[in-house]
Amino acid sequence: MSFARTYLNFERPIAELDSKIETLLELKDEAVDVSAEIAQLREKSVEQLTQLYQKIGPWEKTQVARHPLRPHFTDYRKGLITDFTPLAGDRKFGEDHALMGGLGRLGGRPVVVMGHEKGDTTEKRLIHNFGMSNPEGYRKAVRLMELAERFDLPVVSFVDTAGAFPGRGAEERGQAEAIARSIDKGLSITSAFVSVISGEGGSGGAIAIATADSVLMLEHSIYSVISPEGCASILWRDGARAKDAAKAMKITAQDLKSFGVIDGIIEEPIGGAHRDRADMISRVGERIGAELDRLAQLPPAERVKLRKEKFLNIGRSLLG
Amino acid sequence: MNWLSKLAPPGVKNIFTKKDTPDNLWIKCPKSGEMVFSADLPSMLHVTPAGHHMRIGPELRFQYTFDDGEYTAVPIPAVALDPLKFRDDKKYTDRLKAARTKTGDDDVMSIGVGNIHGNQTVVLVQNFAFMGGSLGMAAGEGFITAANYAVDHNLPLIIFTAAGGARMQEGALSLMQMPRTTIAVQALRDASLPYIVVLCDPTTGGVTASYAMLGDIHLAEPGALICFAGPRVIEETIREKLPQGFQRAEFLEEKGMVDRVVARKDMRETLANILSVLMKTQTAA
Repeated sequence: MSFARTYLNFERPIAELDSKIETLLELKDEAVDVSAEIAQLREKSVEQLTQLYQKIGPWEKTQVARHPLRPHFTDYRKGLITDFTPLAGDRKFGEDHALMGGLGRLGGRPVVVMGHEKGDTTEKRLIHNFGMSNPEGYRKAVRLMELAERFDLPVVSFVDTAGAFPGRGAEERGQAEAIARSIDKGLSITSAFVSVISGEGGSGGAIAIATADSVLMLEHSIYSVISPEGCASILWRDGARAKDAAKAMKITAQDLKSFGVIDGIIEEPIGGAHRDRADMISRVGERIGAELDRLAQLPPAERVKLRKEKFLNIGRSLLG
Repeated sequence: MNWLSKLAPPGVKNIFTKKDTPDNLWIKCPKSGEMVFSADLPSMLHVTPAGHHMRIGPELRFQYTFDDGEYTAVPIPAVALDPLKFRDDKKYTDRLKAARTKTGDDDVMSIGVGNIHGNQTVVLVQNFAFMGGSLGMAAGEGFITAANYAVDHNLPLIIFTAAGGARMQEGALSLMQMPRTTIAVQALRDASLPYIVVLCDPTTGGVTASYAMLGDIHLAEPGALICFAGPRVIEETIREKLPQGFQRAEFLEEKGMVDRVVARKDMRETLANILSVLMKTQTAA
């Protein structure tokens, strides 16, 4: 349970309750019966947490989406994919650890899986470049999608990135072209394609692997055209106004579902995915499985046609 | 602004601001620093003597591209207005109104159909002067309309791109234009029709990372900034100055992302040659 001990700023009331419970737990050894009180406080803590998370806004959700203990690609992969064989390299220039992938089975179904990995320790964050891909990552994604298509395997992608890496080498090696090709491939593959935006869906780096038949978002994940900080620094020349930008850009799963940008929302455990990672991972696995079974009923050409129609219709329904 | 305007109180400042000459009578070439007489620019296709290609809007672009400057405009369907109810210091709808008044256009995209050395072609122009050419729902619909028109009439499509990136005021709906325009590119590809991209200054962000990098042929105007992440963002990330010419058209040509950098005066002829080969036009010779 130690991982739930990192509290976000807006979770302060819960932190206070939990610390009271801790204190009482220490008293327990001293022959005073506090168990009734502890039970009461625990109930109160859960109740408050439930209420708090029901009304959190876009900026709070941004913090939850970026929570260091939120399940990452590797957690989903370990929890959901059996017979996993990691695949590496774009066959052009190099291997990109920010975007991982491979072959395996999800609930028995053979799949190609890929996703951004942010890393969960300082050392790993550096290896994975904080989940920000270079062109090689997107070129590897294209390669994996081509592989899936050739062997008629469904593709499952996990999106969790602040964005594509804005580096010198990335630009020299054609970051824009790599993203464009990945979008292009994802839209035209005959394979069934399910995307889960599990944390941050940051801009072009996210859509590069999210042009799926079914795009699902976790309840407290975010998906946006630019980070709230980036938007604030452009609009107000003040990155500190990220909270206002987060609100203005409508980045929550709930808003995006109402605009028809995404297809479904996966509910998180009380207090967010980081409070019960195992539960979150199994919810995600069940939902992906259901989507794959539904998509498997459709002929490949029909899937491609429906996918393209779906994206072409985004925004058109909003015309009054 | 100079040192004087910083020092002088607001009232005094006006005395030193010359208002007796009309605005932009002379234009300073950003490349050489020399002063260029505005009235001379049209005859030079808005390219300074030092070779700086100035940003131009759809009207001039069509005029410089089509035979005798003649073309038919294709209307772009309306899109939802401000679904996010977005406002920063100003309402998004007010910014849109201001841009419409300034340019006389509805949004960033304009479509013209005409001949280039006799090759009938759909030409799409993205106007940087309209809210930085930003890619929003209207731009996406413009691109799709142009591609569909080309497919329906069996014509090639040429786009002159120019954009600071996505239109933030439309949030993720703006991001969705990347897949939407890509689907339109695929329609051209499925119909075996040429799709030629001319990258103009500047082409950045989500525009570069979608339809601007998916052409059969990529041409670029000299000196155009073409990138995914802008130089300022990169310099902040790597904490060092980028070399001269980084992310410019010539740099992209060197890195294999652009087929040719073509001067504005040669663009029409270059496009005509490419079109006639790709469309297998019968020539007299």
